Amino acid sequence: MKLPDLGELAVRNLRESVLRNSLTTIGISVGVASLVAMLSLGIGLQQLASRRLMKSGLFDTVVVTSRRDLRNFGREDDRSAPPPGESRILDEPTRLEIEHLPNVMEAYPDIRFITELRFDDKPHLTMVAALPSSAKSNDAFEALQGHFFSSDTAPEVVIQKTFAEELLGKTPKSGLDETNVAQLAPPLLGKELVMRYAQREASQAAPSAGNDTASGDQGISGAAYSVVSRELKLKIVGVADLDPESMRGPTRARVFLPLKLAESLHVMQPTDLREISRSAGSQPVYSSVSVRVKNPAQIRAIEDAIKKMGFNTFSILDATRSLQQFFAVLDVFLGIFGSLALAVASIGIVNTLVMAILERRREIGIMKAIGASDGDVKKLFFAEAGAMGILGGIVGVALGWAIGQVINLGTNIYLKRQSLPPEHFWSVPWWLVAFALVFAFGVSLVSGLYPAGRAARLDPVQALRYE
Amino acid sequence: MSSPERYQANGAPAIRAEQLCRHYRMGEAVIRAVDGVSLEVRSGEFVALLGSSGSGKSSVLNLIAGLDRPTSGSVTVHERNLAELSREELARYRLHTVGMVFQSFNLIASMTLAENVELPMRFAEVERAKRDSLAREALSRVGLQSRMNHRPSELSGGEQQRAALARALINQPQVLLADEPTGNLDSHTGTEIMNMVREFNQELGMTVVMVTHERALAERYAQRLIFLADGRLVSDEANSAVGAGASATGTERSPR
Repeated sequence: MKLPDLGELAVRNLRESVLRNSLTTIGISVGVASLVAMLSLGIGLQQLASRRLMKSGLFDTVVVTSRRDLRNFGREDDRSAPPPGESRILDEPTRLEIEHLPNVMEAYPDIRFITELRFDDKPHLTMVAALPSSAKSNDAFEALQGHFFSSDTAPEVVIQKTFAEELLGKTPKSGLDETNVAQLAPPLLGKELVMRYAQREASQAAPSAGNDTASGDQGISGAAYSVVSRELKLKIVGVADLDPESMRGPTRARVFLPLKLAESLHVMQPTDLREISRSAGSQPVYSSVSVRVKNPAQIRAIEDAIKKMGFNTFSILDATRSLQQFFAVLDVFLGIFGSLALAVASIGIVNTLVMAILERRREIGIMKAIGASDGDVKKLFFAEAGAMGILGGIVGVALGWAIGQVINLGTNIYLKRQSLPPEHFWSVPWWLVAFALVFAFGVSLVSGLYPAGRAARLDPVQALRYE
Repeated sequence: MSSPERYQANGAPAIRAEQLCRHYRMGEAVIRAVDGVSLEVRSGEFVALLGSSGSGKSSVLNLIAGLDRPTSGSVTVHERNLAELSREELARYRLHTVGMVFQSFNLIASMTLAENVELPMRFAEVERAKRDSLAREALSRVGLQSRMNHRPSELSGGEQQRAALARALINQPQVLLADEPTGNLDSHTGTEIMNMVREFNQELGMTVVMVTHERALAERYAQRLIFLADGRLVSDEANSAVGAGASATGTERSPR
């Protein structure tokens, strides 16, 4: 029998007992809806979480630290690595070496220090960080008021929202109500900030007292520097709406300088103290280097390459890996719960079709007597099961989507009451729709397997005798 | 495949049964519904199978129709041994070689007459466009052109049996098997149906095997009367009242 005929006969048979078949189809719809609802909740939550991470964290960045830095991440990583004391120093040549690795876009030192900034003659203490010019395209600066640094060496700063509030004397209220950056920016843009900092100056006037005790080591004798207090006038050019709670380092700072400017200041860094025995006085040693890669997919390979060089690495992907695992497990569980309803619905299909065989016994006998083959009968029952599956799938997806919308709406009303920004918890991607439809169709066909086989095997003589 | 090669008799019988047996097992007992029946039907012949209820006449017909398989022995129709056909081949045989009508008409209640008549063509995968006109033609042939879109329940018994006849002939089989075709009809309507069957036999040269328990009816239409009792053949006699009619040599076949 040809496919269009099959479809036509199947639909007409389904319409013959509309109530029963509708109920079965509704059963499938509910099953599909629950599956779609569960999975889209899982996907929505996952997207919400990664969106949050994406905002904060530059998925394309690897933070490199020296193994010598005992305070840093990942030192337990590699037990086969040489002990910290023998590990390499993270200095300018190393930075260049990393920058020349394949697929690395740039590698820049993380310069950050806590210092005092004066505004209107009032001192404010905060973390200052340097940003490369490439940070301009970062999502974090999407809502920037004013503009980004005019050049990489300009004496300009971009300040973070909460620091702007502090400068204006506004006390932030427990973080719940969102202050508009646009309101904070105008009185500050173009104003001057005075930064006080500790500059490291290389000096040859090394005390000679150490010479006797460390006779074998040439490096120690000459290395010396002095620390000088400096002041620099900076112009506020931008106010950024960065999330102060975000995971990544630079954004925890509240004042940002252009990278080249920061480098030229030679601000005293904690590493300077630790590495004085290793580094020649004039060469800066970095506490960490941020490496931006061309494509987040290559992060693993680059991390491995840098680790081989003898450094510790950390990327957001490391942090999200366990998160992804969690969501994978969550999705599986949600999927299983969602499928339970569909499994029940599939039993409904079996039941309906078995009933239909009993009811249509005679009809099957007639069809066989006038020339229907076993295959024709089987296909007809399959088509009926499939039609119920497709119809149930379509209705179910719509239903699942509707449930999602309602829950989204409900949660957002709740969030609004709690003065939280609205979120999109629910996500029904097209592939989930396709999957749900195919799954519903597949499940219904599998459910049709037994009834169809049974109908096909029906003995026509017996069936025709049956009144 | 809607009109397979027409079978040429070439002197061989259209239907031949040899030592045909069909036994059923009912618990401990074995019921010998058909027990060693041998018979031959020539191409174009009109034969009646007679006997009381339980004589095995319907069982023989089901075996000839390919609806059932013999326990032993063989049924050969158009030189094909049905016992050797696969289920699939048997279905094709029922679709193209034989047409059946039943006592209880056996139309599908949820379909209109046109759809009922069209159904065998769906199984035969006849093109949709052709199906419509063929079904219309077949129904007008039995005088039901005005009832095409009615459901069986809206029709009288005679009309239903006429529709069943139209359905039986739609794939142009050469053998018509009728199981008590007038059993549920009054005598007037029965005669009407039997006249049609005779017409098919004579004009289309169809081989007809009719099961009935009414001797009078058989004597009036069949060229040969075969009597069965307890699954065995009791007698096989030519009916002198009806002429040879469309016999093996056959009249000109004109399947319209």
